[in-house]
Amino acid sequence: MNAPVNYDPSHEAWTMPLDQVDPANPMRFIAGAELPYLARLRRDAPVHYTPQNSMFGPYWSVTKYNDIMQVELNTEVFSSSWAHGGISVRDRPKELRIPMFIAMDPPVHDDQRKVVQPIVAPFNLQKFEALIRERTAMVLDSLPRGETFDWVEKVSIPLTTMMLASLFDFPFEDRHLLSHWSDCSTMPVEANGFIKSEQHREEVFGELLAYFTKLWNERVNEPVRPDLVSMLAHGEATKNMSPREYLGNLILLIVGGNDTTRNSMSGGVLFMHQNPDEFAKLRANPKLVDSAVSEIIRYQTPLAHMRRTATQDTELGGQQIKAGDKVVMWYLSANRDDAVIENPDAFIVDRKRPRQHISFGFGIHRCVGNRLAELQLKVLWEQMLARFPKVEVVGEPKRVFSSFVRGYASLPVRIPA
Amino acid sequence: MPTITYIEFNGTSHSIEVENGLSVMEGAVNNNVPGIDADCGGSCACATCHVFVDDAWLAKCGTPDTQEKSMLGFAATAQENSRLACQITVTDALDGLVVRMPEAQH
Repeated sequence: MNAPVNYDPSHEAWTMPLDQVDPANPMRFIAGAELPYLARLRRDAPVHYTPQNSMFGPYWSVTKYNDIMQVELNTEVFSSSWAHGGISVRDRPKELRIPMFIAMDPPVHDDQRKVVQPIVAPFNLQKFEALIRERTAMVLDSLPRGETFDWVEKVSIPLTTMMLASLFDFPFEDRHLLSHWSDCSTMPVEANGFIKSEQHREEVFGELLAYFTKLWNERVNEPVRPDLVSMLAHGEATKNMSPREYLGNLILLIVGGNDTTRNSMSGGVLFMHQNPDEFAKLRANPKLVDSAVSEIIRYQTPLAHMRRTATQDTELGGQQIKAGDKVVMWYLSANRDDAVIENPDAFIVDRKRPRQHISFGFGIHRCVGNRLAELQLKVLWEQMLARFPKVEVVGEPKRVFSSFVRGYASLPVRIPA
Repeated sequence: MPTITYIEFNGTSHSIEVENGLSVMEGAVNNNVPGIDADCGGSCACATCHVFVDDAWLAKCGTPDTQEKSMLGFAATAQENSRLACQITVTDALDGLVVRMPEAQH
């Protein structure tokens, strides 16, 4: 049996007036209660407007797979530009906005993306695979048996942080800074976490930039080599970036390579625990690992949305969108759209077309590191299957206060002795 | 029906009869030819159905539009004769077409 779909027609998500539905409210995400609101919109208002009363101001929600695809492909009308507010529902104060290539449109986006893209080219992935195997084995072999520990802290964070350190050729002993900076970049001030104010965040960004400027200066006068800092320092489209733009692209690469895979590494353990029959299928046939990994990434949807800004009046799904409107593409919702994905609320490790999910986005902004992320998860599951009979989740996961990063602060687990 | 020959990176060749009107990508995916991922399902949105078209056939396959060109720009191993297989529609004129797969679809 798969985890049941929690459809409760008396739930407020199905009864509240449509204009009060505010799917970006992070309170729902921290409570793990965000899905019914998106399901309501898919049914009753697939392209939906939340008026001024949300914490992010007014915004459109696009909730169906095919409508999102239309937005993704029309970069002229639906801009990613940081100058309009960028790619998440939250607007940073105008003077604190940061350019980065994910938040740019063609042609500059294309030129900058092509500078870093070779880091995940087939040749480099092959090179990384042995390293990933070795590290994953080391981390899994160090885990305690028969006692409760936090999977996020002991597995997901160390593995993704080590990977990131290798991609940047970042001093290994300082690698904890990378996950720290990643968290600082995405943590809303209202989360009552480490980041107390936008000014505080800027101070942390200052530390990040200072550290990476040192690396840039070391590498800019040496021959180019396959690490992200060297590639940016030598790339035609990136070598003359302003410090602010360098900072932006670093944040992008740090968050992109960190939060996302981390949360899929944690989510997979939770889903296998909740769906023991699916886990049994995978145990019986380890060849299903590739397809299980895609399913984990779909089911987790570690980035719940991407945002665009309309550059002109346009129509989408019968709704009139005005120039300047904020348009949120809910990947989390499209991944549960039964018009495209069969039985989408179920976690199924042997789907017919497991890669047809939207967690990586589509079009020119499609996740540049998607194959690396899949490789990391694949190696993790292969090695878990080879070592552990199962990983039991022994308490409620603690979720992150964000409607952008959909993930876990902690996940208590136990590996049988 | 036109026959399309798909050659995997390792040299394995698959000659498949594909119905007119389908895309070259669909011809591969519907017949379980390995080496074409087609993550987006044919929307010209992921560049994971990247193929190299044999020179003799290049002109008959038409020219890529702006969207395809821009997606091909992000395929790691793109060359002059690269196309996205989802953007080539099978017709009688393509009977005998030969396409080769890159080492990997990313």
